[in-house]
Amino acid sequence: MLKKENKIFTNLYNDLGWEIDNAIKRDDWKDTKNIITKGREWIINEVKTSELRGRGGAGFSTGLKWSFAPKKVGSRPHYLVINADESEPGTCKDRDILRFEPQKLIEGCLIAGYAVNANICYIYIRGEYFNEGERLQNAISQAYEKNFLGKNACGSGWDFDIHIHYGAGAYICGEETALLESIEGNKGQPRLKPPFPALVGLYGCPTIVNNVETIAVVPTILRRGGKWFASMGKPKNTGTKIFCISGNVNTPCNVEEEMGIPLKVLIEKYAGGVVGGWENLQAVIPGGSSMPLLSKKICDTITMDFDTLVQNKSGLGTAGIVVINKDQDIVACMARIARFYKHESCGQCTPCREGAGWMWRILDRVEKRKATFSDIDLLSDVTKQIEGHTICAFGEGSAWPVQGLLRHFRKEIESRCREEPLIKKKIDNPYLVDQHLLENKNA
Amino acid sequence: MSLKKVHDEQPKEFKFSIGNLKKAEEILKRYPEKNKKSAVMPFLYLAQKQNDNWIPLSAMKYIANLLSMPYISVYEVATFYTMFNLAPVGKHFVQVCTTTPCLIRGANKIVELCKEKISLKENEVSKKGNCSWMEVECLGACVSAPMIQINENYYEDLDEKSAREIIDSILNDKPLKPGSYRGRKNTSPEKKQLVNGENHA
Repeated sequence: MLKKENKIFTNLYNDLGWEIDNAIKRDDWKDTKNIITKGREWIINEVKTSELRGRGGAGFSTGLKWSFAPKKVGSRPHYLVINADESEPGTCKDRDILRFEPQKLIEGCLIAGYAVNANICYIYIRGEYFNEGERLQNAISQAYEKNFLGKNACGSGWDFDIHIHYGAGAYICGEETALLESIEGNKGQPRLKPPFPALVGLYGCPTIVNNVETIAVVPTILRRGGKWFASMGKPKNTGTKIFCISGNVNTPCNVEEEMGIPLKVLIEKYAGGVVGGWENLQAVIPGGSSMPLLSKKICDTITMDFDTLVQNKSGLGTAGIVVINKDQDIVACMARIARFYKHESCGQCTPCREGAGWMWRILDRVEKRKATFSDIDLLSDVTKQIEGHTICAFGEGSAWPVQGLLRHFRKEIESRCREEPLIKKKIDNPYLVDQHLLENKNA
Repeated sequence: MSLKKVHDEQPKEFKFSIGNLKKAEEILKRYPEKNKKSAVMPFLYLAQKQNDNWIPLSAMKYIANLLSMPYISVYEVATFYTMFNLAPVGKHFVQVCTTTPCLIRGANKIVELCKEKISLKENEVSKKGNCSWMEVECLGACVSAPMIQINENYYEDLDEKSAREIIDSILNDKPLKPGSYRGRKNTSPEKKQLVNGENHA
């Protein structure tokens, strides 16, 4: 359980006001100059001590990532890019940070920018968050007025500017290299790695890309010490995290809690319990839609941190918890997620572009009780063909939830399938015609 | 990847208004001089705003000229991103989130409402000519599900009754206030427990 004095985002619900004066009362921008004068090495080491892991989904060590940036600025300038393209179904934590704790993010940008030698920072906000972006722009202007940004930012001797860049409704732009492509004015299709953005990123320059929440906790970590942050949570899974609890719970909400809190406590204490009682729970998606779901048996005891969830063949992802109770059709829920991935695939790699639609069509058939038993193996095969065969992690993101469904609800799926295919007779379809489009007509 | 159709009737000419030209200049300052291509998305937004919320082909050509990039690259960007409308939409543009977290709290009922009140088909302007609607993927307000976005504003924590009121209000050109429709403060945990979630949409 997180103690009140250890909370980082004290204004998560806007009880205290988002404006810069209120933020300063909450200790934002306190000693920022001192922190920066302690030097890059100290900052990076302190973040390493805190064992902070990226909050955007992959959980990569933040201190380590920063240390990949070249130590000295060569012929190319360095950039800091903040990923606020929050589009993972089930996740809405960054929105609250942008709205109500913008100064934490801005201060974090300055410190991180200094640590990685960047003078310019782009914050990439998803286009739908227009009002949140306006709010952030206001907050940035307020910070400029106080000379916390701009030339000699905060009296530190470091020049620092922040610009906002809006996305336009593409989920894939949450992938860091697709995001960089998007800022460069191209369609958002991920790049091959390596080279990693830390060496060749935005405009071919060294670039560090971080999630909003990761950057927003950095100033507090540096003020209170990496050891303080590391003392919370579990070893290697330290600190606090904002959990978004949505779906079939009585009171869906965002809440900041310690890493490694039991899932059941989170749902019962903050979200008012599952609709219809804990026994009515069917499954939980623990970390945004791309993480495999967990069956009720696992949910009874599981704790919410990166390593425990990986041991249970899922992941913490963005900590967007979607609770699904027994009133819902689990296949329909997952078919909708498959449709989401079909819609959002950027179309660059064939396994993902074709496979995402394929998975959706099979799941749709299962939902409507039109699938055969052989479809189940086919579905399982398709997920394996996508996974690991794409440029970015979108392939895994679309395949894993279906694999999770097959792992935990195979019986449910089998009960909806039939022995014989719906269309028995062989039809002479012309070569290269999309079979599934014809099937329904012929059925 | 989404399928988008370019509108049949295209205006012949497009130019930024004087106000937008000034804004465009400001936008260009954000990016390095040799990388002014970066401004293509902000420019498309400006064009969309100026042209009643949709982007004609002439605007793409105009922007391509401004940024000295090939027209096809602008076209590529405009068709890739779903938020650039390539055909007219209503003055009140309703986007209903139907991804799983909203779906399991009853987003399909809001879709039915839209079909009933606005137009049977998606992306079709209503009879009165001031509204249109479409289903969209996750809008990132999952703990406030089900929710809709009308133009730039989020309407959250809806149920059937409140969704009906909101849609009626935009049909009559008097939009209600955005925000939570269950009277809660942002995304905080609520005190009142709802038995069996009767307040779902």
